[in-house]
Amino acid sequence: MIKNFIYLEWKAFIRSASFGKNLAMKIILGFLMIYFSLIFIGMGVGAFYILKEMHLEPFVTVNRFLIYYFLLDLVIRLLLQSIPVLNIKPLLVLPFKKPVIVHFSLGKTVLSFFNWVHALFFVPFSVVLAIEGYDITAIIFWNLAMLSFIYINNFLNIILSNIDKLFVVFLGLILVLGGAQYYKLFDVTIFTTPFFQGLYNIKGLFLIPVLVLAGLYIFSFKFLKKNLYLDAGLSVKEDVAQTENLSWLNQFGTLGTFLKNDIKLIKRNKRSKTTIFMSILFLFYGFLFFSGGIETYDKPVMHLLAGIFVSGGFLFVFGQFVPSWDSAYYQLMMTQNIPYRGYIMAKWWLIVIATIISTILASFYIYFGWQIYLTIVVAAIYNIGVNSHLVLLGGAFTKTPIDLSNAGGAFGDKKAFNVSAMLLTLPKILLPLGLYGTGIYFDNKNLGLALVAGAGVLGFIFKEKVFSLIEKRYKIEKYSTINAYKQKS
Amino acid sequence: MIQVNQLSKKYNGTTVLNINNLEIPKGQSFGLVGNNGAGKTTFFSLLLDLIQPSTGNITSNDIQVNTSENWKSFTGSFLDESFLIGYLTPEEYFYFIGDLRHQNKADIDALLAKHEEFFNGEILNNKKYLRDLSKGNQKKVGIIATLIGNPEVVILDEPFANLDPTTVSRLKKIIKELAENPNVTVLVSSHDLQHTVEVCDRIVALNKGEIVKDIQTSEETLQELELFFAV
Repeated sequence: MIKNFIYLEWKAFIRSASFGKNLAMKIILGFLMIYFSLIFIGMGVGAFYILKEMHLEPFVTVNRFLIYYFLLDLVIRLLLQSIPVLNIKPLLVLPFKKPVIVHFSLGKTVLSFFNWVHALFFVPFSVVLAIEGYDITAIIFWNLAMLSFIYINNFLNIILSNIDKLFVVFLGLILVLGGAQYYKLFDVTIFTTPFFQGLYNIKGLFLIPVLVLAGLYIFSFKFLKKNLYLDAGLSVKEDVAQTENLSWLNQFGTLGTFLKNDIKLIKRNKRSKTTIFMSILFLFYGFLFFSGGIETYDKPVMHLLAGIFVSGGFLFVFGQFVPSWDSAYYQLMMTQNIPYRGYIMAKWWLIVIATIISTILASFYIYFGWQIYLTIVVAAIYNIGVNSHLVLLGGAFTKTPIDLSNAGGAFGDKKAFNVSAMLLTLPKILLPLGLYGTGIYFDNKNLGLALVAGAGVLGFIFKEKVFSLIEKRYKIEKYSTINAYKQKS
Repeated sequence: MIQVNQLSKKYNGTTVLNINNLEIPKGQSFGLVGNNGAGKTTFFSLLLDLIQPSTGNITSNDIQVNTSENWKSFTGSFLDESFLIGYLTPEEYFYFIGDLRHQNKADIDALLAKHEEFFNGEILNNKKYLRDLSKGNQKKVGIIATLIGNPEVVILDEPFANLDPTTVSRLKKIIKELAENPNVTVLVSSHDLQHTVEVCDRIVALNKGEIVKDIQTSEETLQELELFFAV
């Protein structure tokens, strides 16, 4: 019976839309995977020595922050890790016994990316610990405990996934605990560190998380089995709809109509909501560069790079997928009395407004000095003047339908890679860096900034021309886009 | 109103639609029948410029649909659920289409009030997004949305499928009403011969992309068609 399941999964895997694409994309994907894996492994190896250099006992420090690590992991899972409910439906009426279906579905989540990604940190870290003379058996037990915690989170996510907005509670918990610790009001790690440390020091303590995990598995099993009905666990939750008029946008005419629609699009769909979340992450990405924590990042050119990401987070994560956001009803759009220009223009305004808001929010970087904030503002000007056009142009080549109800794939939808869109990302980043670099070459930071801002202003001046070009491109690609959006993944 | 010239559509050398000449005069209610794969949806997609013809062209009101976009302002269409925006409520959807067709809120409200019976109380003020409505109710929304802005050409692909018996008879009433208006050309496709015969003045049967019958509806039409499709 298991053989049949594995057969199904294998077919699902090799026939998924992302798998059948061309070789170039696979290679790029492969490189990205390797790149991120290396970063994680680097963190695992480096963590020990960096902490040591900071005159902290590495192992104790890691144990100290594990509580936050696991809480954050849970939040990310609640937000992004979806449970493969729909795949279960067709199996219900086939001659499979229910326990088999449940075991299989639970087993499938075990192999999820959200689980094995942690191994990339823990394994190298443990190897370093072993090399540095920590007791090997104790490390293995400690790792078993970590593994259990990761899977406890995995199954908690399954049980809790039906509760709406629960991640807010956990996120709040992290913020409160973190804040209390920072201001020395209450330090939760005083209580948790001995426990996590004990997993290494005290023989047999690791059995506690292992047993909890076993209990949780049994509980999830019973929970899912009991709910294996179309109107229970397998029901797709319906939101209570609220009609919104947003009538203040009416004054902008057709543009307002589209903006209204886009705002609803972002608010009401899982997949598009994650772009907001990602934009906020990008907003804080700058800390890595500006705080001077990482030496190689603390260079003027890198600051500009950070500025582009800080102000352009939304531009990159949302703009990149225009017009795929409307893929589900693209045929409708194509039969309505809409000028293409109005449609694209509305998306452009949305991106511009979001960029401006990000830039204003980013004003907390003034803490690191006015020069830093000026860099961000200049990057924002470039984003508005040049990059906003480029992402929209790239959109004409993005022909992957987006499943709005699915939250997954927010980390650069791997399905949406294609060569022409990839090539368009180069000027988005390299061109401003080059311009800025020129200024620095003449030993004048402000000249560099002026060059970048100038490019942005130029892009803005030629907006109408560029839009005509984009419009033409969209028209040429119309039929193949419609066709591509019809292929549901 | 609609003129088809030497139209054909081929996919990888297989011809899926081949219509030499077809003219649909203004005000006609035109029914397209045929089995699966006969080319009904292909024809409508060509008419709406959603796919490109391999040869020939279609003109609507003397506008060639694949070169100019001006036909959009007088054409209302509903092919399938991909014409709906899932995350909107029905009301928002109607207002959205209304905005695009330059209708104000009062126009839309009047239209919705007129078709309240058709909605059967299951559409408006229901606190549901379109994606959460049943297939039949989604269809109701799509069909009424095509009427926004008094289009001169109304295209409905399989409007009777998925509807309950009561709604089917109400829909027939709506289509007949449209057909009575001499300015409105209605194009309907269906598998259901009886429904089509009831609402259309003229019926064209397609088989493997070719026109095999073209008849003005009369008493004997249903029998003739049933005989033709019975194998």
